[in-house]
Amino acid sequence: MTTELMIEMNNVHKWFGDLHVLNDVNLKVNKSEKIVICGPSGSGKSTLIRCINRLEEHQRGEIIVEGTELTNDSRSIERIRGEVGMVFQQFNLFPHLSILDNVTLAPIWVRKTPKAQAIDKAMEYLKRVQIDDQAFKYPSQLSGGQQQRAAIARALCMEPRIMLFDEPTSALDPEMIKEVLDVMVGLAEGGMTMIVVTHEMGFAKEVADKIIFMDEGQIVEAKSPDDFFNNPESERTKTFLSQIL
Amino acid sequence: MNTEIKDKIEVTKPPIASIGVIGWLRKNLFSSWSNTILTLLGIYILYSIIPSFISWAFIDASFVGSTKQECSKEGACWIFIKENLKLIFYGLYPSEELWRINSMYFILLVCGIYILTPNLKYKGWVGSFLLILFPILSVVMFSGGFGLETVETRLWGGLFLTLVIAGVGIVLSLPIGVMLALGRRSKLPVVSLLSTIFIEIWRGVPLITVLFMASNMFPLFMPEGVNFDKLIRALIGVMFFSAAYLAEVVRGGLQAMPKGQYEAAQAMGLSYWRMMALVILPQSLKMVIPAIIGSFIAIFKDTTLVLVIGLFDFLGIIQFVGTNPDWLGFSHEGYVFAAAIFWIFCFGMSRYSQNLEKKLDTGR
Repeated sequence: MTTELMIEMNNVHKWFGDLHVLNDVNLKVNKSEKIVICGPSGSGKSTLIRCINRLEEHQRGEIIVEGTELTNDSRSIERIRGEVGMVFQQFNLFPHLSILDNVTLAPIWVRKTPKAQAIDKAMEYLKRVQIDDQAFKYPSQLSGGQQQRAAIARALCMEPRIMLFDEPTSALDPEMIKEVLDVMVGLAEGGMTMIVVTHEMGFAKEVADKIIFMDEGQIVEAKSPDDFFNNPESERTKTFLSQIL
Repeated sequence: MNTEIKDKIEVTKPPIASIGVIGWLRKNLFSSWSNTILTLLGIYILYSIIPSFISWAFIDASFVGSTKQECSKEGACWIFIKENLKLIFYGLYPSEELWRINSMYFILLVCGIYILTPNLKYKGWVGSFLLILFPILSVVMFSGGFGLETVETRLWGGLFLTLVIAGVGIVLSLPIGVMLALGRRSKLPVVSLLSTIFIEIWRGVPLITVLFMASNMFPLFMPEGVNFDKLIRALIGVMFFSAAYLAEVVRGGLQAMPKGQYEAAQAMGLSYWRMMALVILPQSLKMVIPAIIGSFIAIFKDTTLVLVIGLFDFLGIIQFVGTNPDWLGFSHEGYVFAAAIFWIFCFGMSRYSQNLEKKLDTGR
């Protein structure tokens, strides 16, 4: 496997008011690497991945995505966002557009793909997440699991080089979690570079190359799944694991 | 049928008193003593107004004839309206040029019906024709040029003038209002401050003051010899006035948008303008359709204020016609007619807004 560096975060700090949400975060992600981030709520894990496509601005340190440093330059931000797909906890599909229009929107308007070609590609991805039969429905007519799979297809249709998942299964009913996780496992097997914020430890064990445990804005532990579950070093990790396993 | 079964069937039906007409009456009109009294009072009031109005407006009214002598004393004299119809609809616009207005009405009507008919193709093209070419064509047709005789705007009047002012106000104020709303929410302090100041100044001033300023004060600030048409000044006043109101309506819609919609649009690399045009505005405008149409209806009715700067709109010309010595004493008919026409337009807009809401509903 090549070790092309995709994301580099060096001494990143961020505050919300007085709250130090990211405290000296260092992270390197190689191509095709799958990283799972976990930790108690409020530990800064969502903020961390939202900094990677600049939905949040970091205030100190540097973040380099595919060789481009994230600054205020809106052009480079938009370019990076085109390369980085994101899936949200609340799906965030556009309710006024059909599933197909949701998926083709960015390819047509950001990538300037001809419409017919964008539709072909969209159907291909919708098929891959097994909701091609729902293409002409509106998001409100779909179940949560279907909506989240549509959201994944929407992100994939931009053919991103990196995928960010921000608690993709937390808002789903238990019986729908698996269908979304299956899609994500398939994606991981296809060699996608992925950063996943999740509490699904089964998924982490199966897929992750590295599990990161965060607490109070810091990366407390970053290890392979085996090491993480069997030999956690810090007390905080041990407590966390005992609570969720 | 055996009685036992019949009893069973009876039992499975809801009690008579809770369904059908009787049920509806009981539930809505006679649910308590106080409601019963209110219902009876309401019926009495309607009874004492409606029959006498109907006999005044229709049964005893005079429709045939051409002078006021032919009118009956008891009923309405619709001859008054009939004889002055040209003035009421077109003002002093020259009779031989009326075809210009009528043909534009015709084009508008055809396009309007086309757009309102479901399942037709090329609606987008017809719509853009109405929004872009039609106004340009109207300016030429109404005021003259390109071989057409010039008709000064002081001759414009009646329902025609009302529709021009309301049409321009409605069509131009929405985009300006949207821009102002976006401006007020902008992260750039200068843009946001200027938009806020603009909105608050225009909202803080009564329309009648705006019109006075436009007609009397504005020329004082202009260099010698520069003179804007009075109608154009009034149009600009009405447009900015309603734009300021619409801006706040639209801003309400923008504020109601969940943050996730912005984030999802940004995360896929859409630029600010694309995000607004494709994701945020279609949803937030949809949410505030009732309030937007409410503003449009208000503009339509507020056009009657242009009378104060000497423009004779629909209502103004009806009042004016009533002062004609040949037709003294028929202002009731005039006002009833004006009310009826205003109601038709406003009700039409209101119905259209409800249809639009239903059509655009994709659930949330």
